[in-house]
Amino acid sequence: MRTRGMRTTVFRALVLVVLVIAWEGVTRAAGSAFFPPPSTILGRMHAMWFSGPVGTLFLTDAAVGNILPSLGRMFAGFAGGALAGVALGLALGLSARAYDYLDGVLQFLRAIPPPALVTVFLVVFGFGLRMQLAFIVFSIVWPVLLNTADGARSVEPLHLETCRAFRLSRAERLFRVVLPSALPKMFAGLRLALSLSLIVMVFSELLPGTTNGIGFQITDAYSTFDLPAMWAGIVLLGVLGYLFNELFLVVERRVLAWHQAAQGPPG
Amino acid sequence: MLEIDNLSHVYGGGSPNAHHAIEGLNLSVAEGELLCIVGPSGAGKSTLLRSIAGLISPTGGQIRIEGNVVRQTPDNLAVVFQDYSRSLFPWMSVVDNVALPLRRKNMDKRQRREAAHEALESVGLAGAERKYPFQLSGGMQQRVAIARALAYRPALMLMDEPFGSVDAQTREDLEDLVLKVRGHHKMTIVLITHDIDESVYVGDRVVVLSKAPAHVVGDLKVELPTPRDQISTREHPDFVHLRAEVGRLVRGHAAV
Repeated sequence: MRTRGMRTTVFRALVLVVLVIAWEGVTRAAGSAFFPPPSTILGRMHAMWFSGPVGTLFLTDAAVGNILPSLGRMFAGFAGGALAGVALGLALGLSARAYDYLDGVLQFLRAIPPPALVTVFLVVFGFGLRMQLAFIVFSIVWPVLLNTADGARSVEPLHLETCRAFRLSRAERLFRVVLPSALPKMFAGLRLALSLSLIVMVFSELLPGTTNGIGFQITDAYSTFDLPAMWAGIVLLGVLGYLFNELFLVVERRVLAWHQAAQGPPG
Repeated sequence: MLEIDNLSHVYGGGSPNAHHAIEGLNLSVAEGELLCIVGPSGAGKSTLLRSIAGLISPTGGQIRIEGNVVRQTPDNLAVVFQDYSRSLFPWMSVVDNVALPLRRKNMDKRQRREAAHEALESVGLAGAERKYPFQLSGGMQQRVAIARALAYRPALMLMDEPFGSVDAQTREDLEDLVLKVRGHHKMTIVLITHDIDESVYVGDRVVVLSKAPAHVVGDLKVELPTPRDQISTREHPDFVHLRAEVGRLVRGHAAV
């Protein structure tokens, strides 16, 4: 088990190294200005963002001015959407009637690609941060809401009967039984929402009225034909997305240890 | 302590495929008694237990516990379900599972922990407090469920086929556990089972239900020497005689 895990890790790293080397080789051979080799991109990332003074953890002004606002938007939007999704999802999951009445409407709202609604958001919120946050929240709230509602609805009937047999209060039933029962599905929704929040964060920064952020930096670099800087933004987004997902999995494994152990190892 | 008068329950009343689970059932259980209810499968045993626990409202008749008519789950009652794996909360440690119902009892956190610890000790699970249900065997999980009921200190403990999902050896251990804890805790126990031998071995009294719609077809007092023992009690002539009698009653009414 352990040695197999080790071997997987080694091979995974090996695949990555081989791919990067191939990428380097192909881009160098092609010599296209549109496709700079990864070494150039990495050099650019370092110079642009990570060559700052020790006092700011080596972050440059450009990093502080672009990466941090993006992360701020993403997490504020994720937190808002997650909170709203969990609260509304629980409320909806607890009322079979509300769920039956609203299910169709919610599925409809969820099916609308958020970018299609950008103009509506611009009309309501104008340009700027408020609109970006509202846009992120609206985009990610659906998977959280629907998954949480689904989880809250599928509480084991015997668990609910046990609550009644031992006369647990409504609050105890909600927070100690329904909420934990819904957690596995809720986390599936949250994980989707996390990756989605990165995507819509970048999209919201491509809109007019934005003056900073990774998305802004990418379009800005493109319009000034600074292709290594553009690629630096793309690579950074990939790295961030990967890291957030890994971090999320660590949290999920901790919170849902009882679930995974009871279900057997994930296949 | 428990009186059941002319109890009836119909599922899906009014529709042509309405199911009459119980009809005209009368039963009375004395304080401190351990009553076993046996009956053929599908006899409405679980319906009866859920009615006593106030988990369903019977369509006819009346149930009284200590003189009070049961309308919703009474305060002085605890239930042990057959399916421990779905009755315990998998996200809580063993001690939290046992202590959770005690929040209603005006006990502070320390008192709840102590009561839970004591109950776990009495079912032979001292030291398993921090474990989670999935880390325990089936028999141990059912012990946790029994500890949860005991910690609650109910006047009446209802057990719904509590040993139906464990192996034979564990089943015998749990039967003896029930006999042991009822000696320590003064309470009335109603245990539902489909196992004829078990009903005679554990009970002070065995009530046999007919097939659905269920009513009482037999009511036998069990007078076997105490303490009961898995080997000698089961070869006692009275045991052999009683189990045959209960068996005939169950079978006679199971035949279609």
